[in-house]
Amino acid sequence: MPINLNTLTIKKAQDAFRSGEYTSRMLTEAVLAEAKKQNADINAYAEIFDDALTLADAADKRIKSGNIEPLTGIPVAIKDNMLYAGKESTSGSKILRGHIATYSGAVVEKLLAQNAVIIGRTNMDEFAMGSSTETCAYGLVKNPIDTKRTPGGSSGGAAAALSMDGALGTFGSDTGGSIRQPASFTGLVGLKPTYGAVSRSGLMSLASSFDQIGPFGKTVADTKILYGAIAGYDSLDSTSVPNNHATRVTATKKEKLTIGVPTDFINAEGIDEDVRERFRATIAELKKAGHSILEIALPSLPKSLAAYYIIQPAEASSNLARFDGIRYGFSKDAERLIDVYRQSRGEGFGKEARRRILLGTYVLSAGYYDAYYNKAVAVRRQITEELSAAFKKVDVIATPTAPSPAWRLGEKSADPMKMYLEDIFTVPANIAGIPAISVPGESVVRDGVKLPTGIQFMAAAFQEDTLFQIASAVEKIYE
Amino acid sequence: MITKDDIENLATLARLDVADEDKEEFAEILGPILDYVSEVSSVVTADDATPRVGALRNVMREDGPARSGGAFTDAILKNAPETEDGYVRVKQIF
Repeated sequence: MPINLNTLTIKKAQDAFRSGEYTSRMLTEAVLAEAKKQNADINAYAEIFDDALTLADAADKRIKSGNIEPLTGIPVAIKDNMLYAGKESTSGSKILRGHIATYSGAVVEKLLAQNAVIIGRTNMDEFAMGSSTETCAYGLVKNPIDTKRTPGGSSGGAAAALSMDGALGTFGSDTGGSIRQPASFTGLVGLKPTYGAVSRSGLMSLASSFDQIGPFGKTVADTKILYGAIAGYDSLDSTSVPNNHATRVTATKKEKLTIGVPTDFINAEGIDEDVRERFRATIAELKKAGHSILEIALPSLPKSLAAYYIIQPAEASSNLARFDGIRYGFSKDAERLIDVYRQSRGEGFGKEARRRILLGTYVLSAGYYDAYYNKAVAVRRQITEELSAAFKKVDVIATPTAPSPAWRLGEKSADPMKMYLEDIFTVPANIAGIPAISVPGESVVRDGVKLPTGIQFMAAAFQEDTLFQIASAVEKIYE
Repeated sequence: MITKDDIENLATLARLDVADEDKEEFAEILGPILDYVSEVSSVVTADDATPRVGALRNVMREDGPARSGGAFTDAILKNAPETEDGYVRVKQIF
């Protein structure tokens, strides 16, 4: 009997391994076949690795020995900005075409140590700059739910790969919403963990004070398993927090939670009316299920996006300085060294990357530094403090994940400002370094197609378990 | 207001060639973005703007080599566009 990938969860697959119903090799073969078939149109994968079956065989040996970990034998995929020794890794950029990772990042190491089957690397916006995966130098990614639409971004390939049943779980990075927004556009669960919860060793940096690696899962339970497999302290990432899970996730579990709703923020202009209506319906259902709803005021929260689009390009322009045509990747030959730099960067980076480098250079330049960068950092602290104060009264804060459902490919590409506004609800969690999850809510209909919407919950640092709890409650409503 | 000259100046600072036909477009796009992000000035904030994200603590390690010399040399050199005798080759600097 063929394996039904569409309804398969990680737990079911592991039960099947244990009972001998099928092996990791059989599952991996089925997933690879589906991934290759779908990828021709969707373009979720930049590369499907040719050694996946070797990993599956190693996993099967381990399964026979009875020493199974939660991801042993499970086909998963990584984002193209995560280093995997010996494999190409390009961050969706022409400037890194042909770049071979010299070591594996902490997350890849953890996956390999569990004998997870890494089947490929997924496409992304160039250096994770974008909300639609249209700036990828290796072609745009389509949304498997409606191929005329974007899967969101920047981890659009990771979202599409899972949504098209081309993996059982995938990993992305989230700097301003790059996991949660694509999860909401493709009907998946996506988690941005607390800053410091998952090691970024071997993750190519976009904006180091925001970046976090996190999972996409088909269900909340799968997402929790995927997160558990990658979380933990790592001495190679100085921002990683020691003993975070042992010490922090011990708070007594409450059956019913208090959900904060920042009403003014959600009623702002520019939010799709249907999205707002679906969000309110979910909140009403949660109230019926016995959770308390508390309207809260977070006056600085709407300024998160402005602060973010100062700090993020500033950090990005610094991080991308290392791509100079000398040590790796694309290089243009010229008479003078300075022209090697200028031409390699000018031709190697795409438009959006170049725009953000210029923007970052502007806000950091003498004369503008105080008005832009320093002020944005002060606003960031203000927002962080408002959020901490709110978490004294509520367990989670709820918003829609994105202000609209998936839009048509090309619809916002010409106007970066429009694209940036898509991050309005997701950016605050990165600003404050707190965890946030997106879980599918009710769908909306566009051009006759049912498109998913997402509900986002934020919680205080290291309260990922609370997020899984409330996300499960939403999952139950829409089962 | 961002001008073509501003873009040229920023491009020089960022070591980034911007084609002539892109300069005008970048100037037009960056203007409204800067107008939008200037909204941060409307927030009343404390004077102290020390960046503070995540847990603040010292991170120390022994001051010595983390791994044996040469372990990654070949792999790293393979990624470089131009090498010679185990070195990355660059243009004359002075």
